[in-house]
Amino acid sequence: MIILPRLGGAGAPAEATDAATGEAAAPDLPWATIVHNDPVNLMSYVSYVFRSYFGYTESMAEKLMLDVHHKGRAVVSSGSREEMERDVHAMHGYGLWATMRQD
Amino acid sequence: MEGFEPFPGGAAIRLGESEAGILRGLADQLLDLLSSRGEHVEDPIAAIFATAPSEPPEDPVLARLFPDAYDAGDDAREQSAEFRRFTENDLRTRKRDDARALMADVDALGPGGGVLSLDAEDSRHWLGALNDLRLALATRLGIATEDDADELYELPPDDERVPVVIVYSWLNMLQDTLVETMTP
Repeated sequence: MIILPRLGGAGAPAEATDAATGEAAAPDLPWATIVHNDPVNLMSYVSYVFRSYFGYTESMAEKLMLDVHHKGRAVVSSGSREEMERDVHAMHGYGLWATMRQD
Repeated sequence: MEGFEPFPGGAAIRLGESEAGILRGLADQLLDLLSSRGEHVEDPIAAIFATAPSEPPEDPVLARLFPDAYDAGDDAREQSAEFRRFTENDLRTRKRDDARALMADVDALGPGGGVLSLDAEDSRHWLGALNDLRLALATRLGIATEDDADELYELPPDDERVPVVIVYSWLNMLQDTLVETMTP
């Protein structure tokens, strides 16, 4: 079974609020951790990081790694700002080029 | 040159004298760089704890090891600076621990090299240290794109970068074989 990362878990209600009030970026919109492609990190290593840190299955980790490789970047997790700061910090610890932004 | 092989509870590798010397030398240089943050300081140990940096390091290797966390929106610079103040020192401590662990394991082999066996925790330190060393060498070699990396393998034999490229390729092989022992 493939466990999908929580992409945009809080997205729908926040968007509805936006539409109703016309306000820009609601503060409770989820954040995303993005891993960018680089020509140095080995594909086997990137998969290993996704498996060991996020606990993703082998196939999920492989898919995300290939997305990073072929598309230049991939969203690897999403959640609160604090959670994403933790994930970005961890990715930097592994030497991956990661950033975070609000979805 | 041999890579890592699975070993009960971890991984093992045979390192020759020159291989051990290269690893030790590289880890030593990385430790120096991490200690000083690429800046000249009188007391490197005191300097580590004196400041919590908010600006990206000037040295390109350190800038790659400690990248900005925010890259979108008007406040990205400010947010990255705040993130850096709370995280960079911790990250640097961990990277130094990895490099130190690698050096200690190599030193324990004694002169002439030998067979090194790593348990699971040793392997994680080595994986981190090898990756930092690869990122450092790649930055010094100017590898910014996959084409840059490919071109390095077509250098004329007398190019001064050739020895570094050989070491870089060797580290790639070491890391790849180590990851394999750590992946069930």
